[in-house]
Amino acid sequence: MRISVEQIRRKYLRHDKKFPHVWCPGCGNGIVMGALLRAIDGLSLPKDEVVLASGIGCSGRMPTYLDFNTLHTTHGRALTFATGIKLAKPSLNVIAIMGDGDASAIGGNHFIHAARRNLNLTAIIINNSIYGMTGGQYSPTTPFGSKSTTSVHGHIEQAFSIAELAVTSGAGFVARSTVYHAELMAHLIEMAIEKVGFSVVEVISNCHVQYGRRNQLGGAVEMLQSYKDNAVTVKRATSLTEEELEGKITIGVLADREMPISTEEYEKVRQRAKERGGNVGC
Amino acid sequence: MFLDNMGRRLLQGNEAIVYGALAAGCRFFAGYPITPASEISELFSRLLPQTDGTFIQMEDEIASIGAVVGASLAGAKGMTATSGPGFSLMQENLGFACVAEVPCVIVNVMRGGPSTGLPTCPSQGDVQMARWGTHGDHPIVVLAVSSVRDCFSLIIKAFNISEKYRVPVIVLSDEIVAHTRECVVLPSKEEIYVVDRIKPSVPPEWYHPYEADRREVPPMVAFGEGYRHHVTGLIHDERGYPTQNSKEIEAFHRRLTRKITLGFQEIQMTSGYFLDDAEILVIAYGSVARSALSAVQSLRDRGFKIGLVQLITLFPFPRSVVSPLLEKCRAVLVPEMNMGQISREVQRVNRTDCRVVKYNRVDGRFITPKELIKSLLKI
Repeated sequence: MRISVEQIRRKYLRHDKKFPHVWCPGCGNGIVMGALLRAIDGLSLPKDEVVLASGIGCSGRMPTYLDFNTLHTTHGRALTFATGIKLAKPSLNVIAIMGDGDASAIGGNHFIHAARRNLNLTAIIINNSIYGMTGGQYSPTTPFGSKSTTSVHGHIEQAFSIAELAVTSGAGFVARSTVYHAELMAHLIEMAIEKVGFSVVEVISNCHVQYGRRNQLGGAVEMLQSYKDNAVTVKRATSLTEEELEGKITIGVLADREMPISTEEYEKVRQRAKERGGNVGC
Repeated sequence: MFLDNMGRRLLQGNEAIVYGALAAGCRFFAGYPITPASEISELFSRLLPQTDGTFIQMEDEIASIGAVVGASLAGAKGMTATSGPGFSLMQENLGFACVAEVPCVIVNVMRGGPSTGLPTCPSQGDVQMARWGTHGDHPIVVLAVSSVRDCFSLIIKAFNISEKYRVPVIVLSDEIVAHTRECVVLPSKEEIYVVDRIKPSVPPEWYHPYEADRREVPPMVAFGEGYRHHVTGLIHDERGYPTQNSKEIEAFHRRLTRKITLGFQEIQMTSGYFLDDAEILVIAYGSVARSALSAVQSLRDRGFKIGLVQLITLFPFPRSVVSPLLEKCRAVLVPEMNMGQISREVQRVNRTDCRVVKYNRVDGRFITPKELIKSLLKI
C-alpha cells in the first residue's frame, strides 16, 4: 500500500522552511517530487542516508523543501558535487536532480562523463524543453521550429534526446517517463535508486507558462493529456517505424546493464596499492 | 605507513605539497591535467589509495573543484591543484565554497598568462585573481610558497586555516618552486599540528547549520551524520535556507567578512630579515623572495642597511606588519613576476612618504639576486 499524500507531506517536507515554493500552479516539478518521495519511501531509505543535490533552475529548488541532506549547487554542476560526496562517503544514497538546460547544456560535459564513469549515483532530469526560471529561452531540448523568448521566429536547432545520450555515454540504467505517468515514474525512480551504477531517469514535464503558452499547447491539463496520448512503451516502440515514432515519447526502461562500478573498482585499486605498500613516492 | 616517518628527502615543490597535504589529513583529491601542476595529481594518484583516501581525475577543472567541495561536505579534507587556465575555470565553484563556507584548498602553480599564455614559464600573474577572481564580495585566504620546505609546511597551514575558518584557501606556487628539487628534512608526525573543523555540540533538532559561534564560524557537520541540513549557493539565513530579507542578507555578508577579520592576527604570516635598523626594505613573496634574501644578504655584507619582508600570506594583506615598517623606511622595493599586483597593496597600506618602487619582470624569466642588487643600489 502506497503512502498517502498527507503522510508524505508530514514525513518528508521541511516544516521550518519558508513556504510557499517557487513553482507555478500546475508545474510538473511537484509531480516529480511526489514520485521521488514515494520511491524513497518504497525503498525505506533512512532520511539521514539520502543526499539530494541539484543545480540551478526551477528543478534546483526541489531539495530545499525536502527533509534530507540537501545541496543546491551551481548551474550544471550537481553531478560534480554528487561525485565528490559519493566518493568520500560511498554509503550515502546520492540523487542528483537537474533540469534539461542544467544537465544537457551547461552541465552536458559532467553528465556524459558521470555516465561513462558509472559511479553509483542516480540522476533525475526534469525535461520541460525550456529555461523556465529565466523567462522561457530555448534549451537543448526545445523542439525544432518551437517558439521561445530567444527563438521568436522559430527554433532552428535539433533537440537533444537526453535518455538516449545517457545510453550512449554508458550509464548502467536509463529510463524515461512523463509527469502524466506518475505511478510509472515512481517505479522507475525506485529501480534507478536500487540499481548499482549510474542511473538516469528522464522525466518529460510541462512548462505551460513559458513553453506551452508560446507554442499553443494549452495549459497544464492539455499538456499532460498530450503526454498520455503520445507516450509509447519501449516494447511497443520496437514494432513501430521511424515515421510512426515521430512526435512520440518512448517511456519505460531504455537500458539496464551490468558494468564495472567505479567505487568498487577503486576499492580494488586501494588493495593493490596497499599490497605494493611502502613508499611509492619519488 | 610512509607518513609516520618521512625524514630526509630529495623532493620537488609539487611533491612536497602532496606529502604536506597528506600529513594535514587530506584524503580527497580531484584534478585535471595541466602543466606545471600535473606532478601533484600524479603523486596523489599513487599515494591516496594507500591511505584509504580517494583520487579522481575529473573531466575539467570546474568538475574538479565541484568534487572537492562535495567531498568536503561529506566530511573529507579535500584539495585540487591547477595552473592559471584551470584556475580561471574554478572561480565559479570557488565562489560556492566561499558562500556555503566549505573548507577546501586550491593550489595554483602559476605560469605566464593571460589565457594559455606561457606554458610553462614562471609568473606571479594570478595574485589579484586569487583574491578577487570569483564574483561578489567574498572572504578568502591566499598564501604563497617560496621553497620546497615551504610547500610542505604551508599546505598544512592552508588546511588548518581552511578547516578552522570554513574558508577556501588558495596556495600560490609558481613554476620555479614547483619544479626545483631540494633536499628537505620533514617533521615527524608528532611535530605536525593539525586542525579539524569544529562539530556542533547540540543535538540535531537544535542544529542550525549557519549559526556562528563566538569566532563567527558555524560548527560544521558532514552529510550522513544525522544532522540533515541544507547547503546552497544562494544567500541564506542561519538555517541554511535562501533568504531575500535585507537584514538577513546584510548579517550574512558582514559575518563572512568578520570571521576573517577576527582571525586576522593568526592568518597573516610573514618572515622578516634584518629589519631592526633597515632604511630600505624589500617586500617579496614566492620564489622571488629567495632571490631577494640572497640580494639583501650580500648588500648587508657590504654595509647597506637593508631588510626583507617575505609575505607568506598575501590576502588578507598583512597590513599590520607592513604599515609600521614602511614608517621606518625611506624606500621599499617590491619585485614581482607581474606588472605590480602586490606593489599596489603596499601602496594602499603606505601611510607615510616612504617611496614604493616597483620591479617587474614579465618576460617569462626568473628574477635573479644580481638584478635585484643592481636595482637596490639605484635606490
